[in-house]
Amino acid sequence: MSQTLPAPTGTDASSPGPAELRARGRLPRWAPWAVFAGALAVIAVLDVMSSLNIALYALYTVVLGMIALYVLSRAVEGRRKATDRLVTSLVVSAFGLAMVPLVSLVFEVVSRGVERLDVEFFNSSMVGIVGEGGGAYHAIMGTLIITALTTLISVPIGLMTAIYLVEYGTGRLKKAITFLVDVMTGIPSIVAGLFAYALFAIFFGPGVRLGIAGAVALSVLMIPVVVRSAEEVLKLVPNELREAAYALGVPKWRTIVKVVIPTAVAGLGTSITLAIARVVGETAPLLVTVGITNSTNLDPFDGRMATLPVFAYYQLTQPGVPPEYAIDRAWTAALILIILVMSLNLVARLISRFFAPKTGR
Amino acid sequence: MTTTQAPQRPGSQPAVRRLGDRLFAGSAGGAGILILAILAGVAAFLVIQALPAVTAPAEEIPGGEGVLAYVGPLLFGTVLAATIALVVATPLAVAIALFLTHYAPRRLAQGLGYMVDLLAAIPSIVYGFWGIFWLAPRLVPFYRWAEENLGFIPFFAGPASATGRTMLTAGIVLAVMILPIISAIAREVFSQVPSLHREAALALGATRWEMIRMAVLPYGRSGIIGGAMLGLGRALGETLAIALVLSVSGGVVTFNLISSTNPSTIAANIALKFPESSGIEVNTLIASGLALFVITFGVNLLARAIVNRRADFSGAN
Repeated sequence: MSQTLPAPTGTDASSPGPAELRARGRLPRWAPWAVFAGALAVIAVLDVMSSLNIALYALYTVVLGMIALYVLSRAVEGRRKATDRLVTSLVVSAFGLAMVPLVSLVFEVVSRGVERLDVEFFNSSMVGIVGEGGGAYHAIMGTLIITALTTLISVPIGLMTAIYLVEYGTGRLKKAITFLVDVMTGIPSIVAGLFAYALFAIFFGPGVRLGIAGAVALSVLMIPVVVRSAEEVLKLVPNELREAAYALGVPKWRTIVKVVIPTAVAGLGTSITLAIARVVGETAPLLVTVGITNSTNLDPFDGRMATLPVFAYYQLTQPGVPPEYAIDRAWTAALILIILVMSLNLVARLISRFFAPKTGR
Repeated sequence: MTTTQAPQRPGSQPAVRRLGDRLFAGSAGGAGILILAILAGVAAFLVIQALPAVTAPAEEIPGGEGVLAYVGPLLFGTVLAATIALVVATPLAVAIALFLTHYAPRRLAQGLGYMVDLLAAIPSIVYGFWGIFWLAPRLVPFYRWAEENLGFIPFFAGPASATGRTMLTAGIVLAVMILPIISAIAREVFSQVPSLHREAALALGATRWEMIRMAVLPYGRSGIIGGAMLGLGRALGETLAIALVLSVSGGVVTFNLISSTNPSTIAANIALKFPESSGIEVNTLIASGLALFVITFGVNLLARAIVNRRADFSGAN
């Protein structure tokens, strides 16, 4: 520790000495950087002696840097400032720590997933595939079909509910719906799947697997998301617009359809896109309601379908022999899922940026 | 339009209700009620399908000792994994929220906020992949070290797992998954702290940390609690990340976090067993799902009540 202490004063000859610093009672702005650079250097020296892995390297650097900065600041600036600096470094490193999973996950998925990111993956199914080759055409189509169905079910219900909450709702019912929609966003996805299974099992007998059942399960997850975000967006529409329409004698429903919704359309697009992104990667409900198949089934009302997340799950957990080909396929499926989700998120942001109405507020 | 009548009726008379208006209002209200019906339906259908398992003789249930004995260890595993996740994630999420609202340069803060939100967007199965292939092997040396040096604590009794697919790993993966949820709520509350409070603290000579401790954290406390509860709800119900990461053995109840003998969680157990189940096994799994539904519903109810109570008082809306 003590090696790093001279670092901030020693690096620059023209900087004030320790005594002057104490008199002023403040560390220069570059002091934290210098301390952490010093800590990095010390650990680098230690690293040469006994090689550390990168996690320990970073951990030791941060811990050493924090202690050094605390001691230095305590000596120069006093206890309160030192605590402040300690908390600052803790908060910043907490954020850095949170970025580790994101970066490593994206790196891992991309580097392992590009292996099988070829044409065959997109245009062939798994029929008759043992070992090498094969693709996820059937799973990609299945995911697109089921997600489209989910959107078709969820958006009208979700949007109408949001309209009810913002434009019509009063009193107890509004409060109850708002609250329960909030609670509903927390329903575990597997429970939504079990619900859809239980519902369809009553009509089609036990062991039922249908694409539409998956869409119903996903709708249970998607509807509350649509309601919540659409409600927020509709609330942003200025009341003056509504009042202006009423003053012109426009009926309420036409005001909503012609004035409120067009004003909010960009935000609604964003919220629907984000809601789709939320359900497109859901695995658990599809696992229990739709199952998996090796062949291409594009009819959601007839038997099992393959979907991308479930495909990835089974390729990883039941790879067969030799396992490496299936595991490669699983990673590529995961990569496509991530690309899908991230591009939906990106599209959502772009919608809100480019189609945002020009309001006077 | 045919609205000539409306202006002639001022006062208490109800306005003319056109067919279009009635249809539209009706369908909007109907959609709202439909949501309540769906929620009731979720509970109802789960109960219907779970009943056969509850009423069946104990020896027919997998495990042979009845539904409660079957669900008990799973419930324990669920709560244990979620607790680990909560303990790891909450302080980190609060720190991240503080960073984004009070420390990061304002121009960067929004972009960095998106980065944290991206964590929420990643599908849970991908977290499972990451947990098995990236995180678990990297934790093995730590587990070995913990077994040798911290073995006297029951949590680290070992024997350390060779694959790293332990309860602690699962808890950490869950923690990463709920991090964005907690930090999103915390961020929202922290950014609503009245600037007068903050400026008053700073004007009295408080350092930034003292200002946060005296003005921001007390104001945001219920938001943090509510956010943590929402994260808990998510962690309790998380399925595939656990199903992939955790190496389970049926029916164990243990606090040992670093061995490869772990209780499963309700959700992961359903995902693992459901595809190959039939008959009474399915009903048993649905019964366990019902238990999960009731618990997460309760947790979310409480969380929302806490978060909303704050919103009523804040004056921000």
